[in-house]
Amino acid sequence: MTVQVVTANRLRDGVIVWLTADLGWSEEFTESRPLRDEAEAKAALEAAGVAVKARLVVGPYLAEVDETPEGLKPNSARERIRASRLPTITPDQGSWTGRIEG
Amino acid sequence: MYRYDEFDATFVAERVKQFRGQVERRLAGELGEDEFRPLRLQNGLYLQLHAYMLRIAVPYGVLSSKQLRKLAFIARRYDKGFGHFTTRQNIQFNWPELVDVPDILDHLASVEMHAIQTSGNCIRNVTADHFAGVAPDEIEDPRVWAEIIRQWSTLHPEFAFLPRKFKIAVTGASHDRAAVKFHDIGLKMVKNEAGEIGFEVIVGGGMGRTPAIGPTIRGFLPKQHLLSYLEAVLRVYNLLGRRDNLYKARIKILVAATGTQEFARLVEEEWARIKDGALTLPAEEVARIERYFQPPAYEKLPAISTELETAKRGDATFARWLKANTHAHKVDGYSIVTISLKPEGGAPGDASADQMDLIADLADEYSFKELRVTHHQNLVLPNVRKQDLYALWQRLAAVRLANPNVGFLTDIIACPGLDYCNLANARSIPIAQRLSRRFNDFQRLEEIGELRLNISGCINACGHHHAGNIGILGVDKQGEEFYQITLGGSSKDDSSIGKIIGPAFAIDQVADAVENIVNVYLEKRTGQDERFLETFRRVGIDPFKEKVYGNSQARRPAAE
Amino acid sequence: MAILKHGALQPNDWLTVADDAALPEGKPAVVSLDRWLKERDTLIGRNTPIGVKLKSDQSPVALKEDLERLALIVLEFPKFTDGRGYSHARTLRQRLGYKGELRASGQVLRDQYLFMDRCGIDSIEIADEAKVDGYLESLGEFSIWYQPAADRRPTVRALRAAKRTEPSGGSAVVRESVAASWAY
Ligand code: SF4
Repeated sequence: MTVQVVTANRLRDGVIVWLTADLGWSEEFTESRPLRDEAEAKAALEAAGVAVKARLVVGPYLAEVDETPEGLKPNSARERIRASRLPTITPDQGSWTGRIEG
Repeated sequence: MYRYDEFDATFVAERVKQFRGQVERRLAGELGEDEFRPLRLQNGLYLQLHAYMLRIAVPYGVLSSKQLRKLAFIARRYDKGFGHFTTRQNIQFNWPELVDVPDILDHLASVEMHAIQTSGNCIRNVTADHFAGVAPDEIEDPRVWAEIIRQWSTLHPEFAFLPRKFKIAVTGASHDRAAVKFHDIGLKMVKNEAGEIGFEVIVGGGMGRTPAIGPTIRGFLPKQHLLSYLEAVLRVYNLLGRRDNLYKARIKILVAATGTQEFARLVEEEWARIKDGALTLPAEEVARIERYFQPPAYEKLPAISTELETAKRGDATFARWLKANTHAHKVDGYSIVTISLKPEGGAPGDASADQMDLIADLADEYSFKELRVTHHQNLVLPNVRKQDLYALWQRLAAVRLANPNVGFLTDIIACPGLDYCNLANARSIPIAQRLSRRFNDFQRLEEIGELRLNISGCINACGHHHAGNIGILGVDKQGEEFYQITLGGSSKDDSSIGKIIGPAFAIDQVADAVENIVNVYLEKRTGQDERFLETFRRVGIDPFKEKVYGNSQARRPAAE
Repeated sequence: MAILKHGALQPNDWLTVADDAALPEGKPAVVSLDRWLKERDTLIGRNTPIGVKLKSDQSPVALKEDLERLALIVLEFPKFTDGRGYSHARTLRQRLGYKGELRASGQVLRDQYLFMDRCGIDSIEIADEAKVDGYLESLGEFSIWYQPAADRRPTVRALRAAKRTEPSGGSAVVRESVAASWAY
């Protein structure tokens, strides 16, 4: 099975977060806890469920990732954009215009 | 424009207070997300891809300079310094924090604005012709009726949990600029044989997964019965609309399944019961609302401005902008100006806080402090003296807001797409950026002429791709972005739904495909006055297909 | 399950009876619409109050001839997002003239209560009695309404009219327009 991570949005401010190795939440995708089998995925979702009850996060789900020598990499357009924490367009002369990535 | 009286102000204040309480209960754990979601949605608050998104209602696209300044303030203080004008004539902010939203709503209330019913399965913000009140082809000002509908639909207790969202558009002009046939209810003001003005009622149009051009269920509805008739339509829909399948829940599906005639009969039957009840509009009430939409103090000016004529002759760049971005006004000596929010390489409909402040200043100086938001995601100064156009243009040009592309290929409608939207399959904005760069030659744009290109990041069709002469739809293939192209859509009087040209394209192939499509049109058209849509309807889709897929530039991508 | 009615929690006197169960002797009972339609004649003969419970896809028009005989109609809201019950309630109150108790059951949340009240529902089942204060509070969250419904709250049009004629006949005008708006 492919490697997965758990991600969600923080309740208070909506910011994207990933479940970390110590079952906390990080704004950095690279700090995600890799989940390598069903049992790990299930346990991680349970931990996320606790965080939902504790009003920390909203809408946790499992996202597939690639495990590479450089670390975890999101493997869909959606998760790449989420992991970058910004739209793929950046401000340019006061307006959100300009650079296109990948 | 409409101004709140003490009652409206009290109502909005009560609404903010209620939402503040709901947010508190959510944070305290008294409300779970499932219960909170519909409450926040009915206050325009989504949870999107990156963050919360707050959609603020701009009723039928009418905005004062004071309100625009407040939006600029909110953009700076609570967001990342910009906002996005939508195809529903609203504005949305992409980065507010949940805990700040009640405060933002307080700020909005201070300028008579709110975010009520900009989302959720209720009657949404009513839209109207963005040239309402100033267009020469107008039978009657639709803003009066849009305001009457806005009030009636606000917190309507019976229709807060409809099967699905519900959108109403009104036009009072002979040319449809409000896409009334693509709405759940479209209202078109018409004159009957007796010379009275009333509404043609169109029900069951829409975009989305199953695009539909709405049929007319009543040719003439006397004005005083507008609300009772709407209530009858909504009641029939609330009771009979499907609730078992999200994708079949819109009224267009009900109308299609029931049959237009039978649906109309059900509505008439319900209407007969309530027609002369409390919803009948007394003339005084209509007159009261009409008073808010009296024309501003226009000066008596000659139809032709010599200053303007001189400036036009002396400056070709200005003349080009004048031709594309200004429109005939009903009053001599005045002009309607569209400010294009589609700069080269830009995100369609985005405006920075600085731009909003500047445009607010221009509205103060040149347009009786009033603006409009168009469903094409541009802004409009509705009342500019012709003699001021040159000065206004210079001010706009200085801040790169004078792109002369209104109505042309690069006047692209694009939804936020996968850069922001949680439901997206693919990005929309980067496609718009690429196309706006590829077609950045104004001479060429003029040569191509009127061409509407619309992009949606998924089948929900917020970018109205079905109604684009060229439509682009983001699709997902194993987590990667692809784009399907449709041709021949239109939301004008000659409404039609675009046809799919063939297999989808990778992101790098889209601009080439569009270029090929445009070249086929240029080759096949009978002359410059045959618009893209007309050529397409005459020659059909095949020549376009051949060129696009037979060409080495656009490799034939894997079949769907 | 407790009942919130006319501003206070009340015990539920009504027994909801399954379609295959016998009716309790001498106790008010609620039956399904199906059962009512099937056993109407026997049920009418009973001396104790009887009520009917409608699913959200069942139109109350089926009860048109029987409204005088029913002391209670229960509208089911299987999910709070199913808004058909609001239209059923207005149909019962304003079109069919039902005067008995109209109760909402199912997923009836605090933030829906006010809409229900406006549509003519006068009692609700609430799952968590501890939350009753929130429900009651919600009824007072708005003082302004933009459309007539099945309640007697004045619409904003009435308030505006009253203000225009103030100070002399203010409240009389409100009363009058409220009376007018009650008519369907
Ligand atoms: S069309 Fe799809 S991607 Fe675009 S804004 Fe609408 S829901 Fe989002």
